[in-house]
Amino acid sequence: MNATVQHAAKPPRKPTNETTLRHFGYNQKLAPYVFVAPFIFTFLLFFLYPMISTVIMSFQNILPNQVEFIGLRNYINLNDPIFFKALSLNLRYTFFTLLILIPMPMLLAVLLDSKLMRARNFYRSTLFIPALTSVVVAGTIFRLIFGEMPGSLMNQLVVLFGAKPIKWLKLADTSFIALIMLATWRWTGVNILYFLAGLQNIPRELYESAEIDGANAWQRFTRIVFPMLKPVTIYVLTISIYGGMAMFTESYMIFSGNRSPNNIGITIVGYLYRKAFEENNMGYGSAIGLALLLIVMIVNVIQLYLNGTIRREKKV
Amino acid sequence: MKKLASILLVLTMMLTMVSGIATASAAEVTTFEFWTFNELHVEFYLKMAEIWNEQNPDRPVAINPTVFPYDDMHNKLLIALQSGTGAPDIVDIEIGKYANFLMGETQLVPLNRVVEPELDNIVKSRVDIYAKDGNYYGICFHVGASVTYYNKDILDAAGIDAASIVTWDDYAQAGRTVLEKTGVPMCTMETNDPWSFWQMLTEQGSDLLTPDGQPNVNTPEMAKGLKFYQDMITEGTAVVAPGGGHHAEEYYGFMNAGGAASVTMPFWYMGRFTDYMPDLKGKILVMPNPVFEVGQPRSVGLGGTGTSVTNQCKNQDLAVDFLGFAKLSEEGNLKIWEIMGFDPIRKALWTNEELKKPNKFIDYFANFPFDALIQVQDEIPAIVVSENLPKTMTAIRSSIMYRAFEAMEDIPTILAEESAILEKTPN
Repeated sequence: MNATVQHAAKPPRKPTNETTLRHFGYNQKLAPYVFVAPFIFTFLLFFLYPMISTVIMSFQNILPNQVEFIGLRNYINLNDPIFFKALSLNLRYTFFTLLILIPMPMLLAVLLDSKLMRARNFYRSTLFIPALTSVVVAGTIFRLIFGEMPGSLMNQLVVLFGAKPIKWLKLADTSFIALIMLATWRWTGVNILYFLAGLQNIPRELYESAEIDGANAWQRFTRIVFPMLKPVTIYVLTISIYGGMAMFTESYMIFSGNRSPNNIGITIVGYLYRKAFEENNMGYGSAIGLALLLIVMIVNVIQLYLNGTIRREKKV
Repeated sequence: MKKLASILLVLTMMLTMVSGIATASAAEVTTFEFWTFNELHVEFYLKMAEIWNEQNPDRPVAINPTVFPYDDMHNKLLIALQSGTGAPDIVDIEIGKYANFLMGETQLVPLNRVVEPELDNIVKSRVDIYAKDGNYYGICFHVGASVTYYNKDILDAAGIDAASIVTWDDYAQAGRTVLEKTGVPMCTMETNDPWSFWQMLTEQGSDLLTPDGQPNVNTPEMAKGLKFYQDMITEGTAVVAPGGGHHAEEYYGFMNAGGAASVTMPFWYMGRFTDYMPDLKGKILVMPNPVFEVGQPRSVGLGGTGTSVTNQCKNQDLAVDFLGFAKLSEEGNLKIWEIMGFDPIRKALWTNEELKKPNKFIDYFANFPFDALIQVQDEIPAIVVSENLPKTMTAIRSSIMYRAFEAMEDIPTILAEESAILEKTPN
């Protein structure tokens, strides 16, 4: 009797909290999930949830206590002259920034990478400084540079060449030049950085053997540097397309607000902001945002397909 | 933010408890969270809370102010009211944004209880603009009466008496004389704001919106007003304001140096003169606007900020009472003038001798500014406010004024095109 009681009083050791935790911590199947959990969590909370909610909102008319589904009306409303004006500005802006901000930083990076270049580190840091400046400050300075009074920097220059002062930020073409110049000033350094990183990855032996074979500088650039930089170029191209299509702050600062004469500086995101927040039409704002997402995706997929990135990955 | 607010709240409560023991007053202080975009408004409400607490020791209030940038504050408020949480108790909403907060089921508290008894004493249009379905949701800081500021030196040099300018014809004629005698234009026009143009519509009985709130851009009244200024620009008697508007640094410099003989702006623009155009001290006359035909209303209330109580306020009765006291009472309106230099909405106050006490505004202007206001006190119609106002104002600010005065395009074409765009633009 006694023995049986004692036996019964000694149950198999149940895992305590501590051992469960240890078990958990050493579980190899679980570990990867634990490691990616922070990302998954932030992704779900700050990306997926807002995105799904944006998709739902784009089919709604949203007012306090009066949220109603209105079908496709927000999307039909996208046939809106000002939306197209914004789209056209972003497309032109993207095109010209790509035209300038890929070849120029690439060449500058090659120069900065060259052993023959004097004071390389000085130039590297000075070219990068604009990227560290806040757009707010830079935008304000550019607005003053492109001021319409005869005393502004650009007008003084123009007058030197015998022309009349120009109202830079009131005309479509000249204000566009100001935007492109701001972008060039600001992003050249960043793109140089990308290309410099790419250049460091090119093995020195390639240059040496090319030199032995008698290749000149231009041939080395076109046959070695350019092809070897392709992955970096594609990366820069992809983010630049996104950056160009989503450009907002530059225009906002240069025109000191989300308002430009005759909408010459209206951007897609600026229009989204105007509609959703300035005019309280969240549903239409959501539709504009999704349209922007779709356009950027299409442009980038086409681009990635054309330069072979997507095809190559399929083969693997 | 919320945590900070609650810490502040606890601190204030503890402080009040301590002071409560000291003064042996048993009344509990109600703290109101107050959002604004203007530092001066904080000063005003803190002062008013002080006066209120002296007069109502049994219902003391405290104001816990937060000043945000203009856009930030309105965006945060919009989202807080939409989502039903996080809104302040009392809030300043600028007129350009107010329509956004009247859309849907209004999340603001009707103020009829305090507004209705005072309707005869105030400029009624300044509460009408914040009303919907017979409920008043906001009370304005000022009338914002449109007036014309003349540079006396320039007019004297041209031999013109400002008081003799009654109609726009007189004004245009005076402009020609001024240009001929002094070489400067009569006035400047804004291309990025409607403030110096709006009175052209209201004096003809029109507005940016139809009485039922639809965009009302393609009208003969609009065409007539635009044409008047466009002709002056062609003649050289008017120029586009340097920098595009009357709030641009370029313009302040230009005007300060005697660049133009006059400017038509609301009463609240007095503060810009005192702060940004110091050299014009003693030279500026505040006068009623000219009209097309004698008898038309010579002014209109423009701009403004309505203070409202949100439905997330826990002690709405007290908040409404306090707001009514601050914005409608004699004391409150006097403080509005003293602190901010606005034309208070309480008409009866305009003849009060207290207003003549020297302050920076009285010292600056060549005549007593309220003389102009008293002349036009029954000629201040309300502008129409509806959910179409934000987009219509955007059209005015971004396109119409620019195309008419800067690009000098044909006015009927502009109006036809812009009203077509407005129709296609969703709210």
